[in-house]
Amino acid sequence: MLNIQNLHAEIEGKKILKGLNLEIKPGEVHAIMGPNGAGKSTLASVLAGREHFDVTGGTVDFLGKDLLDLAPEERAGEGLFLAFQYPVEIPGLTTTNFIKTAVNQIRKYRGEEPLDAVAFLKMMKEKMAITNIDQSLLSRSLNEGFSGGEKKRNEVFQMAMLEPKLAILDETDSGLDIDAIRIVANGVNKLRSKDNAVLVVTHYQRLLDYIIPDFVHVLYDGRIVKSGPKELALELEEKGYDFIRNEVKVGQEA
Amino acid sequence: MKTEIEQLPQEVIVDDERAAIEKAVLGDYKYGFVTNIEADEAPPGLNEDTVRFISAKKNEPEWMLEWRLKAYQHWLKMKEPDWANINYPPINYQDIIYYSAPKQKIKPKSLDEIDPELRRTFEKLGISLDEQKRLSGVAVDAVIDSISIGTTFKEQLGELGIIFCSISEAIQEHPELVRKHLSSVVPVTDNFFAALNAAVFSDGSFCYIPKGVRCPMELSTYFRINAENTGQFERTLIVAEEGSYVSYLEGCTAPMRDENQLHAAVVEIVAMENAEVKYSTVQNWYPGDKNGVGGIYNFVTKRGICKGDNSKISWTQVETGSSITWKYPSVILKGDNSVGEFYSVAVTNNYQQADTGTKIMHLGKNTRSRIVSKGISAGFSNNSYRGLVQVNRNAENARNFSQCDSLLLGDKCGAHTFPYIEVKNNTAVVEHEATTSKIGEDQIFYCNQRGIDTETAVALIINGFAKEVMNQLPMEFAVEAQKLLAISLEGSVG
Repeated sequence: MLNIQNLHAEIEGKKILKGLNLEIKPGEVHAIMGPNGAGKSTLASVLAGREHFDVTGGTVDFLGKDLLDLAPEERAGEGLFLAFQYPVEIPGLTTTNFIKTAVNQIRKYRGEEPLDAVAFLKMMKEKMAITNIDQSLLSRSLNEGFSGGEKKRNEVFQMAMLEPKLAILDETDSGLDIDAIRIVANGVNKLRSKDNAVLVVTHYQRLLDYIIPDFVHVLYDGRIVKSGPKELALELEEKGYDFIRNEVKVGQEA
Repeated sequence: MKTEIEQLPQEVIVDDERAAIEKAVLGDYKYGFVTNIEADEAPPGLNEDTVRFISAKKNEPEWMLEWRLKAYQHWLKMKEPDWANINYPPINYQDIIYYSAPKQKIKPKSLDEIDPELRRTFEKLGISLDEQKRLSGVAVDAVIDSISIGTTFKEQLGELGIIFCSISEAIQEHPELVRKHLSSVVPVTDNFFAALNAAVFSDGSFCYIPKGVRCPMELSTYFRINAENTGQFERTLIVAEEGSYVSYLEGCTAPMRDENQLHAAVVEIVAMENAEVKYSTVQNWYPGDKNGVGGIYNFVTKRGICKGDNSKISWTQVETGSSITWKYPSVILKGDNSVGEFYSVAVTNNYQQADTGTKIMHLGKNTRSRIVSKGISAGFSNNSYRGLVQVNRNAENARNFSQCDSLLLGDKCGAHTFPYIEVKNNTAVVEHEATTSKIGEDQIFYCNQRGIDTETAVALIINGFAKEVMNQLPMEFAVEAQKLLAISLEGSVG
């Protein structure tokens, strides 16, 4: 589904990603962990197409298309979703209006008819139930005055509405207490299927207690330096990122 | 049809709006066409003869001519105001044609007799003069250049005693009413443009709601400039008698031309005891091209007086057009417990300039006012809010709340706020809040990531920003206004 080869990216001349490789297949959940500054959020941003980042090398294939060649809204149309670490506020625009516009623009991109009001409301009700989100929240201005937990739940609700093939969760657990993490994770888990995939980007292991990954990758200094099964996350938690640092150093010296 | 719309949840309506916006952003100013119709014009220039010519054309009574001449004499002594935050080359008032009327073979006695070419013009503008085809909720007075060509639903309204007709007709048919109220709110000597208007105004709408009548439909005037080198000077007078209610709408467009055209209108509203008047404007005069060439100079005086106790006047305006807007819809709160409101969205793009706001004068006791102004600037434009809240000595317990927000798109445009507050009674509570923000790249990227293209994202963001004001508009107008915001800002981001 997603195949990243030797990806290099920089921001304002500073190299962040330095030859990253990653392959994700349908039905899989991958977790990317790493210390601050390793390039985790950069990877999420580059995949979603944020402008500030310059891709200086490598390829990203997404469902047979050159992802890097597509505009951000086209990537969304192809089925890529990013749950933001810091969801933005848009005063005066309700989540309902926002997501309706999004759903129909994506349908348009795919050559489908826009959903009529009845079909849209039906879909919304369904997804609200799955993601345990309240109607009153959706009638408020997008993310304005939302608590951290409400913002993240709103991200998962949007993900449910857009039914992406690949969802990237960028530090979705940051700033959340354990109850909020559980609610958000439950939402994500209910959306998992054999046809879609999830990429969880996180600093801490705790989110992975609830969203169980098939693979864990350690991102360090712009590259994936270690990959393994879900137990790797626990090992990291126990030993801290220093152990990776040491391993990398040893590797370089050898 | 209307009730059906109202019953649907908000989410349903959004769909049509969005589709409308999408459609709208694909085109530039789409009202810029010219209707080829022979016109009956006065020679360019302004002197006493011009005033007499117009008055004679309208077959006006002597008192009207005298009233005009007085205004003209006064105007000669006045100076064009220069305090607004706008710039334009001097206007040569002798180059303007002050009267231009489409020549109609016969004077239409009913709507069916209107020249098909004119009918088509209004249909192209989305204004059907066909009563059956219109939404049942709106009656229209259609004004092209200097004259009104037809007013719909006159009979139905007449049954309730409501008078809704062109002001020329009102001068003929209801001279006592016109004479009583004309220039009672905006004196002919009020300001340079108001005096000019009084001297040469050629048409406009007149609306009279008798005591205790709630007008069952929206009344609207649609102004269209067509002829070249003309100025449009219309005059609107709305009188709401005791305990009556009316909602009034005004829309305007003009062809695209390289020269600037002057539009200097006057609107007066009189609200008696317990009466309420809601006046909404969607102003979409041609704004000029991308380089600031051409466009309408919109120099307008609008003022209402809450004459009786417990009366209310509410102005809502969406200003997207005109190369220059100079306009301050005001309310004089004379009656005790009267309420004045001003809701405004002003959009400027390219080289447009707007200096707009309001003036609220608290004279009566327990009077309240609310000002919500949303300025959106893009391109190289300049957008100023200018407002005055005045509380007089006897206005015990006056309350005012003002909120002025500016949104900037890009970094070459300007937003300015000039709030003036004059309080002479220490029981008054006057509050003012102001914010300035920019459309963030973060907001746009967030929308993009959800599959929403940048144009639509901007439309969503600005409509959200302007929502509080848009909510004040009647439904038919709200959709139109949302489209306009999107078109006006086309190409200003990304």
